[in-house]
Amino acid sequence: MIEIEQITKLYDGLPAVDSVSMTVDTATITVIVGTSGSGKTTLLRMINRLVEPSSGEVRINGTPTGTLAKHVLRRRIGYAIQGHGLFPHYTVARNIAAVPELLGWPKEKINARVDELLDLFSMEPEQFRDRYPAELSGGQQQRVGVARALASRPDLLLMDEPFGALDPIIRARAQEDLRRIQQALGSTIMLVTHDMEEAMHLGDRVAVMDEGRLVQHGTPAEIVLRPATDFVAEMVGGVERPLRLLSLIPVSEIVEEGSAEGDALAADTSLRDALSTCLWSGRDAVPVVQDGVPMGRVTLDAIRAQAKGQR
Amino acid sequence: MVPGMVALAAGLVLGLQLAWPWLRLAGAALGLAGLVWLVSQGAPALLVGAGDYARVSPGAGFWCLLVVLALLMADALSNLSPGPFTRAGLLAVVLALLALLLQSGVLSDLSIMQEYASRQDAFRDATLRHLGLAFGSLATAAAIGLPLGIVCHRRAGLRRALLPILSFMQTIPSLAMFGIMIPLLGWVGDAVPGAKAIGIAGIGFAPAFLALVLYSLLPVVANMIAGLQSTPPAAREAARGMGMTEWQRLIRVELPLGLPVILAGLRIVLVQNIGLAVIAGLIGGGGFGTFVFQGLNQTATDLILLGALPTVALALVSAIVMDILVELTRPIPEHTP
Ligand SMILES: Nc1ncnc2c1ncn2[C@@H]1O[C@H](COP(=O)(O)OP(=O)(O)OP(=O)(O)O)[C@@H](O)[C@H]1O
Ligand SMILES: [Mg+2]
Repeated sequence: MIEIEQITKLYDGLPAVDSVSMTVDTATITVIVGTSGSGKTTLLRMINRLVEPSSGEVRINGTPTGTLAKHVLRRRIGYAIQGHGLFPHYTVARNIAAVPELLGWPKEKINARVDELLDLFSMEPEQFRDRYPAELSGGQQQRVGVARALASRPDLLLMDEPFGALDPIIRARAQEDLRRIQQALGSTIMLVTHDMEEAMHLGDRVAVMDEGRLVQHGTPAEIVLRPATDFVAEMVGGVERPLRLLSLIPVSEIVEEGSAEGDALAADTSLRDALSTCLWSGRDAVPVVQDGVPMGRVTLDAIRAQAKGQR
Repeated sequence: MVPGMVALAAGLVLGLQLAWPWLRLAGAALGLAGLVWLVSQGAPALLVGAGDYARVSPGAGFWCLLVVLALLMADALSNLSPGPFTRAGLLAVVLALLALLLQSGVLSDLSIMQEYASRQDAFRDATLRHLGLAFGSLATAAAIGLPLGIVCHRRAGLRRALLPILSFMQTIPSLAMFGIMIPLLGWVGDAVPGAKAIGIAGIGFAPAFLALVLYSLLPVVANMIAGLQSTPPAAREAARGMGMTEWQRLIRVELPLGLPVILAGLRIVLVQNIGLAVIAGLIGGGGFGTFVFQGLNQTATDLILLGALPTVALALVSAIVMDILVELTRPIPEHTP
């Protein structure tokens, strides 16, 4: 558990982060969103003390971060820097191995871990292991940067716009991968983005920042349904709010008895995709299956009712 | 006469065509061979019956041709851009040929070689002294300057205070610098007990050495700082963020990435000091400068050349060797797709 208490950073007397408090539960993903310059990076960097807070405190599992030597603290926390920050003179493999090397892992264990991570990010180890960062595409560099942050299996992972340079397809896959890894390892992740879509998709909790202040911290549904300020409502994207809401709910939540014509949808499809299917195929209801077994159907009316939000 | 002229002409023709750099290189080499052959044949021929005190030295035409052919060779080489190992090999071959040529005695009738023959012991001492001055001052400057560069890299305040002082030192004309050393070290030699015993005096090796060290500090420190700061900021941040200590960051990231720039600083210093050490001859510091200034006093061109040519050769060889080193230490291979 990470407790951030009244943390403030002043630059030349002006707050970049203004007395932010929040608690992040173990084994969850918290996504920090906000416009450029809203203090997201600064907040993240105060957690591993790359930036010293002007006031306030951060506690990780009850231990104030100020009581540990900085390098010891940082070796426990994975950090994927905004814009990869790979070492240009290290190969991909050595870049990924950087933290395990600092921790003194044995060589075989490091090599195995490097290959495992490259596989995980769909980069053929044979092909990529010995390349230099300059010999990779921007998206590949970014994935190596994330792999490096994951290498020592840290309990806490700080990621600053880790998927910024990825195209939509790779990006979606990287997000799925991250989700899977996080659930498998039970890691705690704090991730910065300015993409609300990504925040909704990845976050167990979303923290919205505006001019250094934390304006709302809650589940994606809360953010969409009850935006705390006009700024949050704007971030969520006024007219898109019903669709955002639908994208958070799987069809299994509103599946009902009965049958319907045509191709079936999987139970974990979002209502947004179900709506899209209805509209595209001109149907009022679509059958739902779970692991190939029919569950019932989802109707356009039921979807519409869900999209209504605040009455 | 004829074969030499033919070789020279053929060499120039081959050397001046633009299409094939390899052929140009071969042409330049052929031309040089022809030139050397002409000189080696010409000198004894001219000396026949000219008496014991007659001297032959090559005229302006020889030097012009030598420069032209050397330029052709350099141009061909830069077009070929050979790898570091090829360059080292070529350098070794050239040096071996030069040594062979000097040993063989074919040039012994030239006046510069006769000057050499009559001063063999002095020449050897001067060589050792010159090397001692140039390399010793480089080593001392590196021993002081490299750690100083690291400290300056970390402390911006010190950097701002120190660099202007070092820059100022660099702007003092060399003659003035050596001049300043004379009263300064003379006073130290007199005032500090025991200083004279270890050779500290107003003239001689010590002031020359000290002046060279002072000249060297700016390039060494400045390039050390520039090298360490050439690390991309994001890489430095990542290194901090993953928990590297200051030392680990220095050893693993900043130094390897800065090494070519740091070595380039040492290269500047080495070449500069090989040249500047000639001036040391003025204040009794020894080295090739001794011959140069003796020659100037007696208007003996051959004696001047006896000091100048080895200096130029030494500087050239050092520059080439250091360039090869810089290339070998480049942390990222060139061949990016
Ligand atoms: N070292 C610094 N010195 C002075 N001001 C700074 C410094 N670092 C950040 N700031 C200021 O603090 C504010 C917040 O910066 P921060 O980098 O946290 O923004 P961000 O939300 O991460 O933005 P982006 O999405 O563009 O990365 C900005 O106004 C920035 O100018
Ligand atoms: Mg940022």
